[in-house]
Amino acid sequence: MSGPGRSGLLFDESTLFERSRPGRTGVQVEPLPASVPLIDPQAIWGAEHVRDDIEGFPELSEFDVVRHFTRISQWNLGIDSAAYPLGSCTMKYNPKLNEVVAALAGFQSLHPLAPDEATQGILALGHALEQALIEISGLDRVTLQPAAGAQGEFVGMQLVQAYHRAHGGASRNEVIIPDTAHGTNPASAALSGMQVVEVKSGPDGTLTPEALAAVVGPRTSALMLTNPNTLGIFEHHVQDLANVIHEAGGLVYLDGANMNALLGVAKPGDMGVDVMHFNLHKTFSTPHGGGGPGSGPVAVRNLLAPYLPTPIIRKEGDRYRLDHEFPHSIGRVHAFYGNVGMWIRALAYIRSLGGTGLGEVTQMAVLNANYLLERLREHYGTAQTGRVMHECVLTDKLQQEHHVSTADIGKRLMDHGFHPPTIYFPLVIAGALMIEPTETESLDSLDGLADSLIAIAQEAKTDPEHVRAAPHRTFVRRVDEVRAARKPKLRWTPPERE
Amino acid sequence: MSYTPHTPEEIAHMLRTVQAESVDDLFASIPLPLRSVGALKLPPPESEQSLLRSFAQLAGQNESADRVPSFLGAGAYHHFIPSAVSALASRGEFLTAYTPYQAEVSQGTLQAIFEFQTVICQLTGLDIANASLYDGASATAEAVLLALRATRKRRVYVSQGLHPHYLEVLRTYTAQLDIELESLPLGSDGRTLVTDLREDTAAVLIQQPNFFGCIEELNTVSETTHAAGALLLTSTSEPLALALLKPPGAVGVDVACGEAQSFGVPLGFGGPYVGFMAARSKLVRQLPGRLVGETVDKDGRRAFVMTLTTREQHIRRERATSNICTNQGLCALRVVIYLALLGKHGLRHLARVNLSLAEFTKQQLREIGCEPVYTGPTFNEFALRVPELEQRLSKLAPNELHPGLRLDTYDAARRDQLLVCTTEMNSRADVAKLVEALRL
Amino acid sequence: MAAKKDYEIPEDCRYTQSDEWVRIDNDGARIGLTDYAQSELSDVVFVELPEVGSQIEAGEPFGVVESVKAVSDLIAPISGEVIAVHQALDEHPEWVNEDPYGRGWIVCIEPEDAEALDSLMSTEAYRKHVEERAAS
Repeated sequence: MSGPGRSGLLFDESTLFERSRPGRTGVQVEPLPASVPLIDPQAIWGAEHVRDDIEGFPELSEFDVVRHFTRISQWNLGIDSAAYPLGSCTMKYNPKLNEVVAALAGFQSLHPLAPDEATQGILALGHALEQALIEISGLDRVTLQPAAGAQGEFVGMQLVQAYHRAHGGASRNEVIIPDTAHGTNPASAALSGMQVVEVKSGPDGTLTPEALAAVVGPRTSALMLTNPNTLGIFEHHVQDLANVIHEAGGLVYLDGANMNALLGVAKPGDMGVDVMHFNLHKTFSTPHGGGGPGSGPVAVRNLLAPYLPTPIIRKEGDRYRLDHEFPHSIGRVHAFYGNVGMWIRALAYIRSLGGTGLGEVTQMAVLNANYLLERLREHYGTAQTGRVMHECVLTDKLQQEHHVSTADIGKRLMDHGFHPPTIYFPLVIAGALMIEPTETESLDSLDGLADSLIAIAQEAKTDPEHVRAAPHRTFVRRVDEVRAARKPKLRWTPPERE
Repeated sequence: MSYTPHTPEEIAHMLRTVQAESVDDLFASIPLPLRSVGALKLPPPESEQSLLRSFAQLAGQNESADRVPSFLGAGAYHHFIPSAVSALASRGEFLTAYTPYQAEVSQGTLQAIFEFQTVICQLTGLDIANASLYDGASATAEAVLLALRATRKRRVYVSQGLHPHYLEVLRTYTAQLDIELESLPLGSDGRTLVTDLREDTAAVLIQQPNFFGCIEELNTVSETTHAAGALLLTSTSEPLALALLKPPGAVGVDVACGEAQSFGVPLGFGGPYVGFMAARSKLVRQLPGRLVGETVDKDGRRAFVMTLTTREQHIRRERATSNICTNQGLCALRVVIYLALLGKHGLRHLARVNLSLAEFTKQQLREIGCEPVYTGPTFNEFALRVPELEQRLSKLAPNELHPGLRLDTYDAARRDQLLVCTTEMNSRADVAKLVEALRL
Repeated sequence: MAAKKDYEIPEDCRYTQSDEWVRIDNDGARIGLTDYAQSELSDVVFVELPEVGSQIEAGEPFGVVESVKAVSDLIAPISGEVIAVHQALDEHPEWVNEDPYGRGWIVCIEPEDAEALDSLMSTEAYRKHVEERAAS
């Protein structure tokens, strides 16, 4: 077949521990100054506190380590290598400039407990990012502390609960969450000690004010809404939904995972949203790093500002300081101030693009998603009848008669050199393939992805067995998840101990 | 600067395909009153060249530890990072990959996490470890939540030697729960005093080495804790100490968590860092966060995959063991690269260098009348009583030296106390400068 | 596809809406998951068992069964005291798939009220219940 060949080198790279050779080392530790004696810990701590070995720990040369990680990196697919249309994850290009500025020594070697006068540059940067997110959200205040979107959700829920407690609503402990929501929403609500009330979306995939009115009550704390929702559809009743919640005494939380569809187009603050989180690693191009670090700043209306996590950055004249005196704060959620390295990258991105550039991001992201949907509409089931925002959801409905599933389609896409879309999510759509191309994919790339998905739909008819057996060209074939879960082997152990 | 590639012709072609007159048409589903008028009010776009200049200027306004001799530790440690760490971790294949949901195209990330889990197990002497958590503070809070789930009890004893920020995060995470957090005092040797534990005790939480740098005695704590039917949790913010210390698993610890920033992750003004958590294997289904396991592919070749995912939020939703989704994958990668480079001997030697320099510094400061607050042994950090601290510090020119952390920041009763940390980054001249600064 | 499959539904058991079976034998009332349930869950990887001596209540969860992709509660068909749990499932969760009514059993209880079984579904009623869901 045409398309790319096997990716990566075919060395059978064993683990660090198997490659280890007694006596090797990869660094020369800086010697102690001549006047400082080297101490035996047993002499200070007592023998009972000292270990004499780190059993199994690697012993490798620097070159061993470089080869090892270079080789295994080549078995990975990143956005740098290929289109990565993971719905809800916004896998856009991560500009190299951002990596360079984040690595500046003045940021990298800065101790978090250095006095304010030593940290003016980073505090100014944090403040500037807060201001930008305030403008983008249409809300009043921002905290940059949450380390990821899920922690942002947790902070948001804590803020809402703190507000209710201060306003005679201590018994408000129900969070209303649509059935299309990300799994983190109910999990974050539960972690905040709240009850989850699920509400079904209507026939067009959006939540209706009627459905919402049926579940609100005196215990309603908040609505957690994703807009556009996970079907890629704008919740067009959002203002009415906010009214229903506000009239019931609750607040509106926005899961900002899909902000790539709204930049410069619409502001959550105008929709009646009271609190939201951003995902800097989605909307603002900071790299996903194989699963983090993320960063999940939270924006709020003034009514929630007294409860923000401590410390907060204050600007006084042209000086900045960290303010810890915040009596109503929900407290800290991070050992220091959050994933600062991600702030630097996100601000570099925002400054690169400016207001018009960010607007263009959303316009092109939405154009790309609609273009893909249009090209694929005849070949797959679709969850949406009309246009979409930044992502579209296809299904395996047309492939089912050939016993080819969404998982098979995703795996076969790897053979074409692409990362699979998000699969089996949202849960309300059977066999969902959720595709978010993002604005940084070129027309050629979109056409390549569409051509591949169409070819797979054809192949599902002509050679379904080949699709089911995919992937064929990756470094490993389909992995046995059942075996991994039944007999978990979560660490390397020396052969004799097995 | 723009990262959107389409030419006007391409946009026109795409609009024809989707049968839209204009890009604006695509937003028809957003009610008009909600649509923004005009562009976002943000500073104008900047070129790459101009941005490099302005960010370098911001970075230059920080008095970072590469410019100012620093004795600050307290949960963030200035260690040397070998060049290979950044060179490897910044490879696009690692940097720009997503969470490895699709194992067949993510073997690099998965194998690296499996290796990370293994080195964490080896250092802690425990059976299993997860793929990382946000930082040491949230890892500590998650360890307490784990203990509450596993024991179904409601009282947690927390050592006063726990980092005050970790304690604050723990309080935030447990604020809505019907549990009791009780405080365990420190003795004059700086070690936690554990006496009678009530029957409803879920866990005892001790920092090792503790916030004041002291090495805790865990054998007896472990006996008392287990006799009460509770779990012993340790939190470690300076994991380099684990290269020399008896591993937590060997002294009865059930869950060892903490911060792994010391291992190849830059200070970075506090983040991103990387929390770790290791535990006894019987607690595996209670662990929060991602786990990678070894398995085989359909041809029988060794392969790695995320496993036991039913604990997680995307499947179990409100009943998940944690709400965590994204973790600190890239920082965990840095940790495992760093530890592979240092290796068994390099890491143990580095730990001895840190210990030796701290002991030397402690001795030098004693000679000018600054005594350690506690009598117990320490690793690379110690609490020091500096008579008339305020007066001595006021002599320092701004940003001449960061002499350590004033402990009255957290506890007014600790006036005249300074937490001093030395690492291999501190030269003999730095130590001389510190001694000079603290001399009355 | 699933609708065409013929599920095993033995005559000597009674069934719940939530797809547990219960059978009275020499030891007491033995409980497990039906063939339909194991097939819907696909490969079972873990079964969380209650403690021997604990009390389980009809209609309430008493354990959890996990496959790679899904988790589901085990709901007690009748009330009673747990007299045995199938500990071997720790090592062999696949038995729930391979032999759901035999060595895939999950717990055995001493029923509070032997009559309680009468309120559960017969083979015929349960077959109808399965077919209805498979069709939708």
